[in-house]
Amino acid sequence: MAGITSYGAYIPLHRLPRTQIAAAWGVPPQGGEKAVRNFDEDSITMATTAAIDCLNGIDRSKIDGLYFATTTSPYTERQGSTIIASALDLRSDIRTADFTNSLRCGMEAVAAAMDAINAGAANSILVTVADTRIGAAQGDFEQSFGDGAAALLLGKDNVIATMEGSYTMTAPIMDRWRAQGDTFVRAWEDRWTLDEGYTKMLPQAAAGVLKKLNLEPKDLAKAAYYGPNGRRHGALARRLGLDAAQVQDCLFDTVGDTGAAQSMMTLVAALEEAKAGDKILCVGYGNGADAFVVQVTNAIEKVRDRLGIKRHLEAKRPIPSFAKYLRWRELVTLESAARPERIPTSISALWRDTMSILPLYGSKCKACGTQQYPPQRVCIFCHEKDQMEPVRMSDKKATIFTFTHDNLAASADPPNTVTVVDFDGGGRGIFNMTDREPEEVQVGQTVEMTFRKLYFDRGLHNYYWKTMPARG
Amino acid sequence: MAVGIKDRVAIVGMGCTKFGENWEMSADDMLVEAAYEAYEDAGIEPKDIEAIWYGTVWSGETGGPLAGALKLQYAPITRVENACATASDALRNASYAVASGVCDIALAIGVEKLKDSGFSGLGAAGGIMTSGIRPDTTAPGNFAMMATKYFSRYGLSPDEGKRMIGMVSVKSHHNGTLNPRAHFQREVSLETVLKAPIIAWPLGLYDCCGVSDGSAAAIVVRAEDAKKFRPDPVRIKALQMSVGNEGLVRSDYDYTHVESTYQAGLRAYEEAGVKNPREEIGMAEVHDCFSITEAVTMEDLQFSPRGKVKEDIESGFFNLDGGLPVQPDGGLKCFGHPIGASGLRMIYEMYKQLQGKAGPRQIKNPKLGLTHNLGGGPPACTIFVGIVGE
Repeated sequence: MAGITSYGAYIPLHRLPRTQIAAAWGVPPQGGEKAVRNFDEDSITMATTAAIDCLNGIDRSKIDGLYFATTTSPYTERQGSTIIASALDLRSDIRTADFTNSLRCGMEAVAAAMDAINAGAANSILVTVADTRIGAAQGDFEQSFGDGAAALLLGKDNVIATMEGSYTMTAPIMDRWRAQGDTFVRAWEDRWTLDEGYTKMLPQAAAGVLKKLNLEPKDLAKAAYYGPNGRRHGALARRLGLDAAQVQDCLFDTVGDTGAAQSMMTLVAALEEAKAGDKILCVGYGNGADAFVVQVTNAIEKVRDRLGIKRHLEAKRPIPSFAKYLRWRELVTLESAARPERIPTSISALWRDTMSILPLYGSKCKACGTQQYPPQRVCIFCHEKDQMEPVRMSDKKATIFTFTHDNLAASADPPNTVTVVDFDGGGRGIFNMTDREPEEVQVGQTVEMTFRKLYFDRGLHNYYWKTMPARG
Repeated sequence: MAVGIKDRVAIVGMGCTKFGENWEMSADDMLVEAAYEAYEDAGIEPKDIEAIWYGTVWSGETGGPLAGALKLQYAPITRVENACATASDALRNASYAVASGVCDIALAIGVEKLKDSGFSGLGAAGGIMTSGIRPDTTAPGNFAMMATKYFSRYGLSPDEGKRMIGMVSVKSHHNGTLNPRAHFQREVSLETVLKAPIIAWPLGLYDCCGVSDGSAAAIVVRAEDAKKFRPDPVRIKALQMSVGNEGLVRSDYDYTHVESTYQAGLRAYEEAGVKNPREEIGMAEVHDCFSITEAVTMEDLQFSPRGKVKEDIESGFFNLDGGLPVQPDGGLKCFGHPIGASGLRMIYEMYKQLQGKAGPRQIKNPKLGLTHNLGGGPPACTIFVGIVGE
């Protein structure tokens, strides 16, 4: 039986205590903290990082599809899943699709992937989901929304949790929405949206799938379902017929309402603790609700080395200030840096160099065996011409050879840390470093590569890799 | 068989504007100032110039802007661009032209108008269209990574390392006070240098050279003709270049030296017949765009043993009254750095010193002067090393 074959997750390093937001505007705090993406992260980069976590030890050439679910895609016309697929170095003859415009778009992506697999159209599809929504200043959403991502690999072989069945219901309710061009999430009055929407529809979907499978709530080891806040999430347990012990924490107090990503992040957290035979219910909400039940197999023990939710939760750092949060979200207008204007990006040059940029390919000389980055025609060491084979550097560890913290270069997280690194196995590159404490950066330090947004310029989100201290 | 350039070409006239924030002067104004000072110095008329090598990085394309400024009557002009090593390359090409006999009198001139950009530091709009995919680095950032590695490799704590390179700037600031054309003419203490804001760790404000406007010019003739122009011409002993752009790919590059400086130095010493640079070179103007650059250049030019420049800096060996005065005019640090003009400014100081006209900063009997001019940044450097003498 087909189902989940691997899982991964991503939570940004930085956390903002909700008391800091509340104190800034003089409003009551919601409690806990929220995960905040760095200035160089967006839904595409977070989904990519969760996918890398999910693909640990898995042959990427065997994946037949990549779905990307988000309500916060950086582009309205350019497919995010193609960028992620390229960064992950997946084959080009795979199915890619973006699922969007609803907080249950990730659940729909899972359903579509399962349909394709069950129909025999694909053996293995990777579903990624990420969101980074923002609420307007001093409102509830400003405190409740957090950033995060999850990834599920679905397929027929080495299944760690079989897909037992699913249920879907659709409803054109206007409870929360963003129109084209809206920066902040809009909502109708809280009591109505939660009572008539969330509190009614999510249990309907849950009951629907249980009925289909002839299951009772007591048969579930865990229920991983969306929660717009901790109180509402907890209150729903009784309606679902669940004991507190069956309810998987929805990460509200630690990460926040991660929108489209939340139900799947919660499912990943449940899978991390699950044992063979466990039945887990997963329910997503948004313009209706989607539910499915999986049953864990013995194979789950083979995917225990993920950073997942648990280790990403542990490896955290407070964002230095609320002002920095506003800056990273580009919610304040800063005095522009007195630096020369960026030369416009040549998109034809960008396309020509795709392999050395998105999947971070270098080259290895077949004559003398040395790795070099970026890819070369003439070997830097033995000077043989065109004897190179491509080699992927993005999943290699590297060592800092030298570095600087540059205050002159423009950065949303100054100083701009630049590292020269040597990849394990050879090859040297110069990369910005992110998610670092300047005082902790050292020559000889081991770093990992992380997929980030290098800059946004004239409508172009340009992605590349940066170095960062090993996480988790 | 190549015979080299030694003693085949002489400089008979030079000009150099004040370097600095020349708000009142355009690039054209500065070209006129430098060229006419050189004409007068050589005792020639503009019409005597037969060919021109005109260096600028950002202040003009083709020879057209120079022809417009100097009204050179349809003379041939080659525009030279080699980043911060531009003006040295203009001199090299002009010298080769007179040495080959295709003309008798050639002008090498460099200019840069940097301060009209509206920001501090280098940079300009335009440039090569690329994917844009590279980390956002700056000139101080690129050279700072040499300092980080130098400190790490030779076991210097950040404080020890910053003191070492700080003393380089203290020395150059002292020399700048003795030069009325220098951009900065103020003494600074080591404490001031160490406490200054960080530009790119570990480099602070005083580890970085000035960003300046300026122009400098040289008139070259064949050596045998030189005495017709003046009694004290300065002879060219070596003009060498080395270009490297391999370091970022080569994982064996150590980031504590610039290989092309070492290579250009070796060739220049061979061309000039210098056996022991530390003993034979009487003075040097090197490319101290940043204090760390000057420090490692001392080792690359074999003035100091590898890893030992700290001892020579601390003993004052490179001070005006030391064994090998370096940056007698204040260097890029204090004289300033209009990038397309700096190479000729370095030669200008050597020329004046060799003629005994350097005033309060005059070095006693310098005999041989070396200039070192660097374009680009580590590890991709375009290096010129020249040697001039009596």
